[in-house]
Amino acid sequence: MSRLFALAAVVALSACGAQATDDGTTLIVKTFSQFGYEDLYREYEASHPGIKIKEENIGKLGDYTPKLQQWMQTGKGAGDVVALEEGILVQFMARPDQFADLREHGAAELEPNFLPWKWKQAVTGDGKIVGLGTDVGAQGMCYRKDLFAQAGLPADRDQVGALWPTWDDYIEVGKRFKGTKFFDSSGGVYQNVLMQQGDHTYYDTSNKLVIDSNPGVLKAWETTVRMIEAGLSANVDQWSPQWNAGFKNGAFATIPCPSWMLGTIEKQSGPELKGKWDVTRVPGDGAVRGGSFLAVPKQSKHQKQAAELAKFLTSAKGQTAAFKSKNNFPSSPQAIDDPAVREFTNPYFGDAPVGKIFGESVKALKPVYLGPDNIAINDRVVNALTAVEQRKLTPDEAWAKAVDDAKRLVR
Amino acid sequence: MRSVTERLSPYLFVAPFFVIFAAFGLFPLVYTAWVSVHEWDIAGPGAFVGLDNYVTLFGDPDFWNATYNTIGMLVLATVPQLFCALVLASLLNQKLRGLTFLRMGVLLPIVTSVAAVGIVFSQIFDRDAGMANGLLGLLGVQPVDWHADKWSSWTAIATMVNWRWTGYNALIYLAAMQAVPRDLYEAATVDGASKVRQFFSITVPNIRPAILFTVIMSTIAGMQLFTEPLIFGQGGFAISGGSLRQFQTLSMFMFEKAFRDFDYGYGSAVAWLIFVLITLLAVVNFLITRRSR
Repeated sequence: MSRLFALAAVVALSACGAQATDDGTTLIVKTFSQFGYEDLYREYEASHPGIKIKEENIGKLGDYTPKLQQWMQTGKGAGDVVALEEGILVQFMARPDQFADLREHGAAELEPNFLPWKWKQAVTGDGKIVGLGTDVGAQGMCYRKDLFAQAGLPADRDQVGALWPTWDDYIEVGKRFKGTKFFDSSGGVYQNVLMQQGDHTYYDTSNKLVIDSNPGVLKAWETTVRMIEAGLSANVDQWSPQWNAGFKNGAFATIPCPSWMLGTIEKQSGPELKGKWDVTRVPGDGAVRGGSFLAVPKQSKHQKQAAELAKFLTSAKGQTAAFKSKNNFPSSPQAIDDPAVREFTNPYFGDAPVGKIFGESVKALKPVYLGPDNIAINDRVVNALTAVEQRKLTPDEAWAKAVDDAKRLVR
Repeated sequence: MRSVTERLSPYLFVAPFFVIFAAFGLFPLVYTAWVSVHEWDIAGPGAFVGLDNYVTLFGDPDFWNATYNTIGMLVLATVPQLFCALVLASLLNQKLRGLTFLRMGVLLPIVTSVAAVGIVFSQIFDRDAGMANGLLGLLGVQPVDWHADKWSSWTAIATMVNWRWTGYNALIYLAAMQAVPRDLYEAATVDGASKVRQFFSITVPNIRPAILFTVIMSTIAGMQLFTEPLIFGQGGFAISGGSLRQFQTLSMFMFEKAFRDFDYGYGSAVAWLIFVLITLLAVVNFLITRRSR
């Protein structure tokens, strides 16, 4: 056993040794899911001699968040640039001193480079700039053309989009699918419906919990329950191995897809399904779901260089490149209007004009206020929906439980 | 001078353990207690709240649910596991062909990483395409949604634990069995005792210390059960252990409170209660196993 420890120590030491570079600086970028920065890193390294960039990625946001927490709390491990999803950002805004104030690195003048509401999300009351926006989760609906054709439905994206002006129409279309399920999980659909219901969800803008009095939440819940009762859901948890496999198996015919999810769909479906997936407009009024920021932790030893890198990655040019790579839709108006984005088509999704589809969705969107414990509350609501799917609770019991859980959480 | 060195050296020899224990055992224990009497969230240490976290905890149905789950899975995983290990050990204690091969074979599951075990067994117990449901289907049983109920999820998780640890315990028993004097068995055989009688009257009483050890170790491991149910849970909110927390264990509950809800004070209170519970169970185990001597 002790020999094992000795060996482990040697390995650990040599690993540390390997990290120290000659005389340059290595910037560590922490991300989750897919940011599509690989080419940008190479470009930045080429134009900034002496800087090396290493991205450390964690696939699931749910796994990334607690790690990020630990890094920030212990003051170690967060690297030099961290990605903050908008749901987590709200929590970190309560502790802005953990991050470098990007004003000190000349970020104040960048305000016109971002959609106004995106910019404001990462600025504190006294004007401190905590993060710079990367993408916005413009919503679309991804669907399998081949499965639609099998169900005797049109497969053309404009015709498919015309099938579902509202979520009620979406349910009616879903009922025509026999054998294969209509969508992947109630949790994902619920969240997309929820984000279209006005300017706040579980909290009002004064951070008061309004889950049981906000009609929008109840409406999203009831819409989703009707989908479950119509048997439309494949009932696989998003981000689980079954979900990953479901893309390949054709376990579901549609999936509400915020722009950032296109990269995941392509990765999980694999090259053999190229051209089978397509993107069209989402039912209801377009809205935003997700979207991220880059911030520089105070614990970084290279804050200046890290801030420069964050500015580069979130510039209109950086956002355009990330969009082309993984379809993360830009939050920079210049990038959104850039023909490179507007006219961009995605070859994997049958050359769908994703720049146009998501661009229209973004124009329709209003910012939604999330509030401190929005992720934890949403997790509980989604669990309650799953219990309905598993037939363990009636919809009424499940709703009562979700509300009760949320209240106990906020206490 | 020499005498000082002589008097000091034994302490120096044992010091590494105590230094490491103080740094990685005692300090976290005390610090966790300190955190648990504070309101301590993402914004760092807040107000001193005394035992408030503990009071809330005792009224938290999710905590009691996690305790119930943990103990349920502990029983489901430990009892059959130790029983099978005993039987396995007495079989391996016979004169068999390829004994070393068989003895090493039971150790294989231990070498497998928990994550791999979790992933493979989660596929076996998958609702839509799992092997367990496939086999049940041959018997005409409807497919089971393993995540949906307590009994089904506990069975799946206990299976993983049993598969992994039975061989390990069997080897501990085997080592103890080999120290049992052979002449006891010879005398029993002369007296006409059957193999089964010999097992219960000679083997089991003679390896009681080993049994006590494995019971306590399994209890401690069972109280800290975390990875298997977490991997079994899957999805973005796997830490809740099922939609209705069907299989959330105490350590998962602790992790959820501390690192998902960022309520470090509350999470630390859970940690301390787990510690107290383990201590209590160990004492109870010890008393029971000792009294029946």
